[in-house]
Amino acid sequence: MRTIHTDDIIKNVKEMCIEANLHLSKDMADAIKNAEESENGELGKQILGQLIENMEIAGKEEIPICQDTGMAVFFIRLGQDLHIEGRNLTDAVNEGVRQGYEEGYLRKSVVGDPLLRENTKDNTPAVIHYDIVPGDKLEILIAPKGFGSENMSRVFMLKPADGAQGVKEAVLQAVMDAGPNACPPVVVGVGIGGDFEKAAIMAKKALTRNVNKGSDLPHIREMEKELLARINDSGIGPGGLGGKTTAIAVNIETYATHIAGLPVAVNMCCHVNRHVTRVL
Amino acid sequence: MERKISAPIKKEELITLHAGDYVYISGTIYSARDAAHKRMYETMLEGKEIPFSLEDNIIYYLGPTPAKEGQVIGSAGPTTSSRMDKYTPFLLENGLNGMIGKGKRNQEVIDAIVKNKAVYFAAVGGAGALLSKCIKKSEIIAYEDLGTEAIRKMEVENFPVIVVIDSCGNNLYETAVTSYRNNLEEQ
Repeated sequence: MRTIHTDDIIKNVKEMCIEANLHLSKDMADAIKNAEESENGELGKQILGQLIENMEIAGKEEIPICQDTGMAVFFIRLGQDLHIEGRNLTDAVNEGVRQGYEEGYLRKSVVGDPLLRENTKDNTPAVIHYDIVPGDKLEILIAPKGFGSENMSRVFMLKPADGAQGVKEAVLQAVMDAGPNACPPVVVGVGIGGDFEKAAIMAKKALTRNVNKGSDLPHIREMEKELLARINDSGIGPGGLGGKTTAIAVNIETYATHIAGLPVAVNMCCHVNRHVTRVL
Repeated sequence: MERKISAPIKKEELITLHAGDYVYISGTIYSARDAAHKRMYETMLEGKEIPFSLEDNIIYYLGPTPAKEGQVIGSAGPTTSSRMDKYTPFLLENGLNGMIGKGKRNQEVIDAIVKNKAVYFAAVGGAGALLSKCIKKSEIIAYEDLGTEAIRKMEVENFPVIVVIDSCGNNLYETAVTSYRNNLEEQ
């Protein structure tokens, strides 16, 4: 049986926290650059120009792209034939976050109790989603999530009779309500099906998919394209100040659901759509 | 229209700013976000002094990342303004002249902006590395226990913002999208 030590996991998580907050993935960065070239809104184009300059400064001078360095969200795929040595995996991930947010000069944005609201001062605990999968590898995906856009996210428990039409209206409503607050251009993560929480987790996971890669399902890929076009017809634009680039992508994930339900979750993400994956 | 202004700013000057103006701010501004607003608001309701005079001043809704050695401040972009809506009319009644943030404000805030002749600016959300370059000095003056949410007194130079709601209540978030769409239809 293959064995890895939690010291390795801590070191990798630490580095990933820092990397994710300084560099966008190539697909996101390229999408913003392409949007700047094609934008025809006057303020919109100016704002996209600032975002490109911002990314360059962030990378070169190692200043976080955005001051909201997020709550650390993880999707971890643990191979069932892998043995982990040292401490428990959840503690190791949190230790990596603690070290990464401290050494990377990242903002500590987490309060320990949602009502008492005292800052934990090390950005822990992280939000961790585990999957047990075949094999002997450990795949760690970190997606630090800013809350300007997170606050504009929604879950709709639709009826089966609402169908595809109802799903589209729900997504459009969430994006229009978010307007400038979610820091457009946005990436829209959508989860359709499952149950209440499965839909929301899928919506979050959808944000981490390459923005150029549509769904593998033909009818869902069509829906993604149609929604993207309709969102960009709204004219909300970069910063909410008018333009054709309101969204970079609409990424939809689906799952089986109950005969009585059609859950739809919409997880909004700003243009600082950060995610880094490593396989150990 | 492009404008250069200095902060603090008098009402006589800020009423000449119009929604849609691209403004570069130089001078002194203060950072305060959620927790600092709550504490200032409660302190004022108790009739006590808050850490700085609101008179003619501009508040920046900001919680920066920590500064590294040699840096003035870390990443320093705006946070969503609507969370401060509960407190803003009261602060405007008490002398505050301007706010820098991002995103929509509620009707009570818009009414208070008009009534008190104030101005709401947006900075570009998610451009924290770029905006940090315009902050030349930063000093925590109060509420240090709030960490990133402490109140900072900052010297800024040509800090770029856009007038979103002017002293007459014109709201760029509404007019910009409409005029963009109308322009497209005319083409």
